[in-house]
Amino acid sequence: MRVGELVTAGFLALLSFYLMWKSAELPIGYISGTGPGGGAWPFWLSAIMLICCSWIAYNWWRGTSPASQSDEAVLDSHGWRSLIFVGGGIIGFVALVNIISMYGAIAVFLFYYTWYLGRHGLALSLSLALITPVALFFFFEGAMRITMPSGMPFTDPVFNILYDIIY
Amino acid sequence: MDVLSLLGDGMLLSLQPLNLLMIMIGVTVGLFIGAMPGLGSVNGVAILLPVTFLVPPGSAIIFLAAIYYGAMYGGAVSSITLGIPGASTAVATTFDGRPLARNGRASLALVTAAVASFIGGTVANALFTLFAPILASVALSFGPPEVFALMLLAFATFVGLGGDDIPKTILSICFGLVLGAVGFDQISGAPRLVLFDYNGFLQGIGFLVLAIGVYGIGEMLWTIDQTRGDVTATTPKMTAKGMAADTKEAAKKGWRGTMIGSFLGFFVGILPAAGATPGSLMSYGVTKMVSRKPEEFGKGAVDGVAAPEAANNSASTGSMLPMLTLGIPGSPTTAILLGGMVIWGLTPGPRLFVDEEQFVWGLIGSFYISNVAALLINLAFIPVFIWMLRMPFTILAPMIFVLSIVGGYAATRDMFDIWLMVGFGIGAFFLRKFDYPLAPAVLAIVLGPIAEPTLRQSLLLSSGDPSIFFTRPIAGPITVVALILIFLPALKLLRRKHSKTPA
Repeated sequence: MRVGELVTAGFLALLSFYLMWKSAELPIGYISGTGPGGGAWPFWLSAIMLICCSWIAYNWWRGTSPASQSDEAVLDSHGWRSLIFVGGGIIGFVALVNIISMYGAIAVFLFYYTWYLGRHGLALSLSLALITPVALFFFFEGAMRITMPSGMPFTDPVFNILYDIIY
Repeated sequence: MDVLSLLGDGMLLSLQPLNLLMIMIGVTVGLFIGAMPGLGSVNGVAILLPVTFLVPPGSAIIFLAAIYYGAMYGGAVSSITLGIPGASTAVATTFDGRPLARNGRASLALVTAAVASFIGGTVANALFTLFAPILASVALSFGPPEVFALMLLAFATFVGLGGDDIPKTILSICFGLVLGAVGFDQISGAPRLVLFDYNGFLQGIGFLVLAIGVYGIGEMLWTIDQTRGDVTATTPKMTAKGMAADTKEAAKKGWRGTMIGSFLGFFVGILPAAGATPGSLMSYGVTKMVSRKPEEFGKGAVDGVAAPEAANNSASTGSMLPMLTLGIPGSPTTAILLGGMVIWGLTPGPRLFVDEEQFVWGLIGSFYISNVAALLINLAFIPVFIWMLRMPFTILAPMIFVLSIVGGYAATRDMFDIWLMVGFGIGAFFLRKFDYPLAPAVLAIVLGPIAEPTLRQSLLLSSGDPSIFFTRPIAGPITVVALILIFLPALKLLRRKHSKTPA
């Protein structure tokens, strides 16, 4: 945790510096007749962020924050495993949206989570994976008239059937 | 007396069978739309606006106002049960509503939200009825310096939200404000902070993208890590007796927050361009500040649920005031209502109270009836919402992830925002590990787009002289109070350190 605290502050300092640099693409000072330049607000806020990062590093050096006094690992093996399996599952879910549609991705993700990670039975996992996207389809597309991504053309036959029901 | 008789007529009008039916349907639909992450009153009102052309204008506006009311009540449901603020107005409800639900007190949180919303709505209705014209003129006297001073006051209350780690809190606020500045410069129209020159950033970063990322994805990852996936499912039970006991407890422990939220929310709500979100956030901050047990906030304080819920309902009524009396919408939802009124041939403004007396008082009367209907319908549905929490965690968790992604997409309609949301979620998970308070960043991204233009307009008015924030009669005192609140934690910290130093 101790090293992690400093690395995080360092990363945020770099981010602050980058934001200051990007903000400076627009004027950051006061322009007579037009007021503060377009970059002034984000530039000076990023500068305050940079100062805060130095302050956090100073507190780390003095050992006043709980993280700076801790010898624990940021994530143990279980933490990394759950982050990879759950976080990776979410990334996979979002990546699948443009391929098999939002509803297809929901079905795959729910099945993966409940059956593989949650160790639920096949019947329950399959039911959830099939019923939830269909219910969400009728809510969003039918009731709310909000169209979700329908993926690649091979999903069209399924959507044609569903759209025939709601229109 | 004249006002009371007009109000009585208005109430009778809204109790006519068609109008009453409209209220019941509107509140129920609004409740469920508001409870869905990513959807809020603005979606409900916008989507159902065409439906209103089937009924007379009076019934139509009553229907839309009932949806607005229902959605305000519903916003608390996803904040409490899922930990995802469905709309910006319900962000502050998450801070204490979710911990209460985790501790098996979801019913108390939901009942508190319902009762506080009802009281907030009732107080606002009374203030609206009695002082509409006077308050409209007060709201008009708020120029850019006054609005910026008010935003500064809101940020000052955030510093208190972040706990003792002042640099991390300030960093969080500034980060949220900078994220709110991504996209286009509102005044010159020039592209600004297009990060890594990626065009997706041109449309800016919406509040919901950060809020769902932090609270929907980040919070769940953190819970899974902390509990090692072995979350003890809470088994809250809901009985009539239990609900009565919760109502009693809500009244006893949440009265202070309810009162602060009711009055502060209304006042902030009537200001054009402010709306219910700043009202609920400020009410939370002020209630925490004046509380005898501020350390309980964020861990499941009843006042922490009551204050924002009373405020967002009160403010939603308040935001109708500038719309009806001046023709200026106070929130996106009232902007759509305003559009609807114009379509129906009504002209909002000072003449509306004279030319369309029956319409106006029918609408005001419907606020009272909608408020009662919303309370009853909300209480009736609480067992359904509670039932969601009884699901095993390994089913609830993927459902929350799915609702976060779907709700996020429904709000933004852009896959780039969904990737950003996932990124914010994973980032929030690590930042939380190192005790960075994330609530201030979420709050700042909401208020940033109001604060920046008002600051720039104020400085333009004064030719760059910042004393404009101190010399104006309304802005001055607000700015001074805000600065005191900003420096108060630092002074307290210094005093504490000084008292620890041996003589």
